[in-house]
Amino acid sequence: MADSRMHATGAPLPDDEDATVFEAVGGDWSDIAEEAARLGEERIVVNMGPQHPSTHGVLRLMLEIDGETVTEARAGIGYLHTGIEKNMEFRTWTQGVTFCTRMDYVAPFSTEAAYCMAVEKLLRITDDVPERAQAIRVLLLELNRITSHLIAIGTGGNELGATTIMTVAFTAREEILKIFELITGLRMNHAFIRPGGVAQDIPPGALDTVREAMPLVRRYLGQLGDLMLANPIFKGRTVGVGHLSLAGAMALGITGPVLRSAGLPYDVRKAFPYLGYETYDFDVPTSTDADAYARTVLRLEECYQSMRIVDQVIERIQQMGPGPVMVGDKKIAWPAQLAIGADGMGNSLAHIKEIMGTSMEALIHHFKLVTEGFRVPAGQVWQTVEAPRGELGVHLVSDGGTRPYRAHFRDPSFNNLQGVSLMCEGGQVADVVVAVAGLDPVLGGVDR
Amino acid sequence: MSDEKKDLVPEGGALSGGPEAVDVRTGMFGVRGSGDTSGFGGLVRTVTMPGASPRPYGGWFDEVVDILAEVLAEEDVAFDDAVPAVVVDRGELTLHVAREHLLAVCRALRDEQDLRFELGLGVSGVHFPHETGRELHAVYHLTSVTHSRRLRLEVAVPESDPHIPSSTPVYPGHDWHERETFDFFGIIFDGHPGLARIEMPDDWVGHPQRKDYPLGGIPVEYKGARIAPPDQRRSYN
Repeated sequence: MADSRMHATGAPLPDDEDATVFEAVGGDWSDIAEEAARLGEERIVVNMGPQHPSTHGVLRLMLEIDGETVTEARAGIGYLHTGIEKNMEFRTWTQGVTFCTRMDYVAPFSTEAAYCMAVEKLLRITDDVPERAQAIRVLLLELNRITSHLIAIGTGGNELGATTIMTVAFTAREEILKIFELITGLRMNHAFIRPGGVAQDIPPGALDTVREAMPLVRRYLGQLGDLMLANPIFKGRTVGVGHLSLAGAMALGITGPVLRSAGLPYDVRKAFPYLGYETYDFDVPTSTDADAYARTVLRLEECYQSMRIVDQVIERIQQMGPGPVMVGDKKIAWPAQLAIGADGMGNSLAHIKEIMGTSMEALIHHFKLVTEGFRVPAGQVWQTVEAPRGELGVHLVSDGGTRPYRAHFRDPSFNNLQGVSLMCEGGQVADVVVAVAGLDPVLGGVDR
Repeated sequence: MSDEKKDLVPEGGALSGGPEAVDVRTGMFGVRGSGDTSGFGGLVRTVTMPGASPRPYGGWFDEVVDILAEVLAEEDVAFDDAVPAVVVDRGELTLHVAREHLLAVCRALRDEQDLRFELGLGVSGVHFPHETGRELHAVYHLTSVTHSRRLRLEVAVPESDPHIPSSTPVYPGHDWHERETFDFFGIIFDGHPGLARIEMPDDWVGHPQRKDYPLGGIPVEYKGARIAPPDQRRSYN
């Protein structure tokens, strides 16, 4: 048990209770530096965050510095903990999607897909999910990978002072967010992937919109590459910074682009394929430089690979023609089909007519499924997907009831932030920002 | 959470070969002690998790279990003592591990070249308040990149003695995951380098993911109707 004299990181608190504390809330750094020099303090602990623009949300970094060199770095998290996992225990299996999509809000589809596939595994209906639903999931997942990597690259660039990188990346992301809005109705927190399939079919013309958007995204990606990859300032800031060796990454369980930048081509889509990823043609780019620059290159490269998958999947959806997007089992599928009415999206009028006018059984069925939900046989499963930031795992436990008994999400950012100490210690204070941007943590997923 | 309920849950469970009984539910719709005349109040349902599986387990599961048994035997650890139950369910392999042998099992799984579960993906906890003597479960998710395999270790400990040796000497990446499981469930991982709370504030009292810990929330009123917080609403379990 932690003793009360311990710090949140587990490090003992300093013995001298009356150490001088400086608060930097704007103002001039040189004043603080002068004051520190006057007092002759040798050990300076800088608390960076949790409210700091370059910490990707509410990440707190505790840095012990000697001049400009970081001698110790620890990450403190928990500032965005909202108890999503606990809340899910009090909602039906279907409602759970609405909660988990809010975890990693930059890559919501990954969390949704992992959760829904875990529920399907518990229900033993993995093979019954229609091919069309799986293809739509792949389409959304890969588009989402691009938007997420664009955020990583864009905000990472912005933190170096290169605002143009951010504006280009966000403009490109906008093109894809328009697609998300067209297909799911929302730009984030979609809750579109549901246990058994997806909420509804893609609207007419959606595939053409994707086809039209892809060349634009490709052009913006090209601009980003031109802006960054040979830029001497960018390279000066990122090459050799935030180094994390393969052994270190494996020991810390770090996955995703950070692991691949150390040379291991581990990608869940290849190692443990899901949603038919084994039938798509794509490569897993790797590097052996294991630094922030390599991670940026890999993220750009992965965007191009995702576009390859997108091209294949839209062809596939086109050839499939119309079909079901939800399992045939009426005890699991949402009873009502959605339709656009005069007042917006809602239950289709035909369905309302049926349950209110012709079939008492249908009404009961609708009522029971919507209020109570379906039951899931007891047991536990573990399902992972390759989220943009690494391997996202879902551990679901059912006790045979209508609500998850326990839902645990192994978020890649949560795990990867453990690498902060290894990546930052011994480097410069300014490099901390670069190293953390290379990890690309999203605190919504970290704290859940 | 009444103590009488604990007596209803049969003991042994997965360790004795049958399905693992974790709870007994009575009634329906969350009706407690009221004049419920629907008859649903008389329902009794035993909640059971999948129990130990007989051999063959299928696929590579037998091979992994055999090799693990060999490696443990070299260290004079009897396999049945270290791994009291092997559960195969929904195509996934779960090894129930006795806590005193957890580190030996982890080491064998990571280091033996035919096993090589080198990637520890994390630890999560589950609370079964009515499974007497095994209330708290810690679940470890291991992946073998080398062989493209996955398995799960499950360690159950009583609430009165919630100690498990830390797996961080073998999987350093489990550091934060064990802190989280300690924070949410109160499982104490002995030998952890700094077992402090991670998500909740340092001075928080209680372990929020335990089943007897309330969700919290306030009633919401809308046009005169009062809606109870989610954990006090009618439930169907």
